[in-house]
Amino acid sequence: MTGRSRLELVCPAGTPAGLRTAITAGADTIYCGFRDETNARNFPGLNFSRAEMEESIAYAHERETKVFVAVNTFPRAGEEQLWHHAIDDSAAFGADALILADLGLLDYAASRHPQLRRHLSVQAAAANADAIDFYTSNFGVRRVVLPRILTVAEIAAINREIDCETEAFIFGSLCVMAEGRCSLSSYVTGISPNLGGVCSPGSHVAYHEDGDELTSILGEFTMHRVGRSVPAPYPTVCKGSFTAGSFKGHVFEDPTSLDASTLIPQLAAAGVTSLKVEGRQRGRAYVSAAVRSLRRMIDDYAAGLPINANALTHLSEGQSTTQGAYRKTWR
Amino acid sequence: MTVLDRRISLTMGPALFNWPVAKWRDFHARLADEAPVDTVHIGEVVCSKRLPFYLDVIPETVERLQRGGKTVVFSTLALITLPRERKDSADIVHNGEHEVEVNDIAALKHLGEGQAFRVGPYVNVYNESTLRFLARLGASSVCLPRELPIGTVDVLAGMARALHIGCEVWSFGRIPLAISGRCYHARVEGLTKDSCQFVCARDSDGLTVDTVDAKNFLAVNGVQTMSHTYCNTIADVERLADAGVTALRLSPHSCDMVAVSQVFRDRLDGKIDTGEAICRIDEICGGLSFSNGFLFGKSGTEMISGPRP
Repeated sequence: MTGRSRLELVCPAGTPAGLRTAITAGADTIYCGFRDETNARNFPGLNFSRAEMEESIAYAHERETKVFVAVNTFPRAGEEQLWHHAIDDSAAFGADALILADLGLLDYAASRHPQLRRHLSVQAAAANADAIDFYTSNFGVRRVVLPRILTVAEIAAINREIDCETEAFIFGSLCVMAEGRCSLSSYVTGISPNLGGVCSPGSHVAYHEDGDELTSILGEFTMHRVGRSVPAPYPTVCKGSFTAGSFKGHVFEDPTSLDASTLIPQLAAAGVTSLKVEGRQRGRAYVSAAVRSLRRMIDDYAAGLPINANALTHLSEGQSTTQGAYRKTWR
Repeated sequence: MTVLDRRISLTMGPALFNWPVAKWRDFHARLADEAPVDTVHIGEVVCSKRLPFYLDVIPETVERLQRGGKTVVFSTLALITLPRERKDSADIVHNGEHEVEVNDIAALKHLGEGQAFRVGPYVNVYNESTLRFLARLGASSVCLPRELPIGTVDVLAGMARALHIGCEVWSFGRIPLAISGRCYHARVEGLTKDSCQFVCARDSDGLTVDTVDAKNFLAVNGVQTMSHTYCNTIADVERLADAGVTALRLSPHSCDMVAVSQVFRDRLDGKIDTGEAICRIDEICGGLSFSNGFLFGKSGTEMISGPRP
């Protein structure tokens, strides 16, 4: 079969070295953020200084790779300048697009930098064609990163109606709540991921040994208790183990990650423009392996070849994977 | 005792739980006849599958509330994905008769030229630019996101006043923390959203989620995840008045909400002091655990009773 469109592969970079790794591994596009609260992966030791961002964008452009800058948290009242500077600097450094979620920032970017492409972050959780229309007509948004709560059929229906591109998550961690609209971590720790860019901050995480058991704790609440022979999972509320009525276990989601790589043909048929790998916090080896495998799968699909369904399983070793909301039974 | 600020009004938010239609109707009838609230929200915010159960009694409920002198506002669904949900939200915005509260950006698309709307607590309004943008679009009031600290409330309530729009703060009831495409009530019963058998109707204030140490933690309400604690700002109304908040939102529960709203009204009117107000809420709610931590930059689970920032 010929004439299949080649999906764009959008890959994470937590550091300049990570950016170079992902480019070598075959990324079409890199997304990254500044080293502050303006992006939703504001973890210690991650992200780009101003100089690093400028150099990395130039490096990527020399290799015909695009760079999208995520300014996708919600500015704190009274401190919006920090976010405005992130937008202005991205424009000055020649970023290919901004990834934004906040209405005020979209408004700012559209009026100050109309020539710079605006993408709607998954943190805006635009889950239907009406919301997407609102963002395209008010702010000239050219692409929407789809929330991880939609089925493939719903994505196809959205694409038939809207006037911009869509980007869908293909691999990596999985939010089970509508993104950017979740205060679970905030409720436990007092630190808002929407404002500060950190979900389940390490400063509020503890591991306790208790006889033969190991517990992982977030704030004042136990998220997991496991036998000592098993590593206790990182304590994230939506992946925690709880009781509800007679149910004991993962009330919200199993400690699982997204692998929708076998759905590449369906997502392409649904009209998705680009596939996104989650994981700016991941190491270079992981990103390199994930990007190489997905590059191969996307190219094989575009060439009309069968895709290797097991290419990514070794990266999720010890952890189950799911196709998430793309399958309707997930709900 | 000083009268705090009579201009602060009371809003009863939309009923968030899957109540039997008789309970839903009686709840609103009592509000209409007895509760000192100024505004009452009607509409399904959590799960569109619940709406058919009480759709038929909405007209009579609205009429009764209006007879009771209440302003009725129609709230839209917080997370819209299905075609039917898009249509329902469009219909609410197009109704032309009642004010509308937008809880998903999607509903904004259907606004008529110059049509006023209220911004619900599920829309992310974190800063001045966002508030200005929404005011420009026609927002007449905003109910702030639940997690905002008082310093931010100060800034946004001040901005709202400058823009001549109302500013409301979540003041009583379990706090909506997250919304999902997945139904957790169904999941814990081994069901899915599509085959849910409406198991959420068993829990009129949500299903308690405990940690493995048996510590109360969250409450599941279908696709919505809420705090186990009930937000309670009765001791903080003075501070909220100072911030320039124009309305307090009370969220419906099975406890006596008429009595709860009376305590808030009496406190706002200076008829009772903070100590008495706290005691009366405790008596009405017997045994519930309360929180106001979000308001003071702490974890949302905490109840801060010492000196306020």
